[in-house]
Amino acid sequence: MTKLLRVVSPDGKYKEKDEPPLSEEELLKMYRYMMLTRALDTRGMALQRQGRIGFYVPSSGEEAVQIGSSFPLEPRDWIVPAYREQGAALLRGIPMAGIMAQLYGNEEDTAKGRQMPNHFTSRAAHFVPTSSPVGTQIPIAVGLGWAARIRGDNVVALGYFGDGATSQGDFHAAMNFAGLFQANTVFVCKNNQWAISVPFGNQTGTNEVAIKAQAYGFEGVRVDGNDVLAVYQASKEAIDKARFGGGPTLIEAVTYRMGPHTSSDDPTRYRDEAEVEKWRKKDPIVRFQRYLKEKGIWNEEMEVEIRQEAEAQVEEAVVRAEKRGLPSPATLFDDVYAEMPWHIKEAKEAFLEYLEKS
Amino acid sequence: MPEMNIVQAVNSALLEEMQRDDRVILLGEDIGKNGGVFRCTEGLFEEFGPDRVIDTPLAESGIIGASIGMAFYGLRPVPEIQFLDFIYPAFDQIVSEAAKFRYRSGGEYPCQITIRSPYGGGIKGGHYHSQSTETYFAHTPGLKVVIPSAPYDTKGLLLSSIRDPDPVLFLEPKRIYRAGREEVPEGEFTIPLGEAKVVREGADVSIFAYGAMISQCTGAAEQAEEVGISCEVVDLRTLVPLDIDAVLDSVRKTGRVVIVYEATKFLGYGAEIAAILAEKAIESLEAPILRVAGLDTPFPYTHENLYLPDAGRILDAVEKVYSF
Repeated sequence: MTKLLRVVSPDGKYKEKDEPPLSEEELLKMYRYMMLTRALDTRGMALQRQGRIGFYVPSSGEEAVQIGSSFPLEPRDWIVPAYREQGAALLRGIPMAGIMAQLYGNEEDTAKGRQMPNHFTSRAAHFVPTSSPVGTQIPIAVGLGWAARIRGDNVVALGYFGDGATSQGDFHAAMNFAGLFQANTVFVCKNNQWAISVPFGNQTGTNEVAIKAQAYGFEGVRVDGNDVLAVYQASKEAIDKARFGGGPTLIEAVTYRMGPHTSSDDPTRYRDEAEVEKWRKKDPIVRFQRYLKEKGIWNEEMEVEIRQEAEAQVEEAVVRAEKRGLPSPATLFDDVYAEMPWHIKEAKEAFLEYLEKS
Repeated sequence: MPEMNIVQAVNSALLEEMQRDDRVILLGEDIGKNGGVFRCTEGLFEEFGPDRVIDTPLAESGIIGASIGMAFYGLRPVPEIQFLDFIYPAFDQIVSEAAKFRYRSGGEYPCQITIRSPYGGGIKGGHYHSQSTETYFAHTPGLKVVIPSAPYDTKGLLLSSIRDPDPVLFLEPKRIYRAGREEVPEGEFTIPLGEAKVVREGADVSIFAYGAMISQCTGAAEQAEEVGISCEVVDLRTLVPLDIDAVLDSVRKTGRVVIVYEATKFLGYGAEIAAILAEKAIESLEAPILRVAGLDTPFPYTHENLYLPDAGRILDAVEKVYSF
């Protein structure tokens, strides 16, 4: 088994020599974004249950992986996400109002309500538009990192995917290309133990993901995905390495999908509550809180303030999103091509005329 | 002006565009030192080196997926898929990813890649080196599909495709790669996408076709002339977007239509043309629209010449619509 990297133990204990060189301010920023991601998830699931949004993909339990891995990125770097990366999206600078507009698919959504919830996109944040097919994003992350390498730029692409995606042909193609061409790409596999109902043990004949990197000629590391500092440390090293011509790294972050696959899924059909309970005790936010407490930079008062601030941000975005209308039907026909061809123009005119009449 | 065949026209377009724009980069299997299995990229590896003419591992989804990422970074990838028959590992990348990025990002992520691939039968290639499956792609909003039939058009259309801000599938009729030469300009020269070309004017029957079928159609038109039927042959050149004006203009003149394509007949591209004519030009039609196409079977080896439309079958259809 590849050694599991860990900085902070589940009870919050740590050795000073293992700590990454992060300032108090940076540590608290990480904590705030983890709390913000959790607050978004709690509210997102509730909004779906109340019928106010159609669907939601929670990432609870995976906050440390998202924040720890995207924290070392620079604005010029790229994120190529899967569909459970709301924390990374927030940290990259997609505003909460933008996240909520996407969840509602309203007129303020930059993608004009064209995708299911949790399929975020932003050019400004270098956050590549999310899709639903599993694993197709991985070769795209290679293309970005490879282009940077060809152009001689110190730019990195970070691609996210889950343990299920490692079974796809696109995973293999991407790893193979990245290793061969030494792309400036970092692969972050969020091994959250479940691909909908299929446990990791039924996904592959190896008992870990990291080892697969060996077959492609580069390093695979395994990290405790519920330890934000360990994820940060491993990601920082991999990102720096890729940035300065050292080639790709596969990071397997061992974590747990605490919630259902999506709001449409009922995990009680296939997994034991005891297992969930076991992982709940390893909650990445609780662990980081214990660490911050050990370091003397956390107190109850601050906790309340951070939580309230996160909830208020989410609430403000919900209020805003609910005031917005839907994108106009005419926008349905935009952006298929740079210039609208005659057959779409014609369909648009006929469709709008019909809507006018009815 | 130099004379070129289609292979040389492809090569000339790639060479000149790579000289003009250092963002243009080629990826594919055997395209480097080997110059491509059909030699379309011959000499380019020597000219531009391994960072711009990249021999990739044998994985189509990797080639197209990586090309998409490169396009986002600002490069202008022109990946080659060795045969259209082998494009399917990349189908997800093309229809789920490349085609949808502009739309699903609200216009923020255009995906400027041009996928070149030889297509079609007539080279004794059996099931897997012969198929003409352009309709899978023409059916996907967000993609453009371009198919030239001659060297001059090949160069002009390929240059336009590479510069086009949308993903383009550029299909090359491999059967006529080296069939004939014609004058092709050197230097700056483009043909706009979405413009058909009347390759032979006529008054009685319109024949719509593209790619390798054009020469079969002009052959049939010559034979028809001998029996007193004047055929107009329209080379569509771009399947998406279709040049509707050229199609309607011709039908309004002749009132009789034969559509020729070597793909499987059922639900092939000709079905769309026929449907559009039923919607827009029914008052001009004086006979049923006939399609002459590949058989509704997998592509055969021994009898490929029976499978593929030829001048005889086209002439037969022309006579039927003429005498209706």
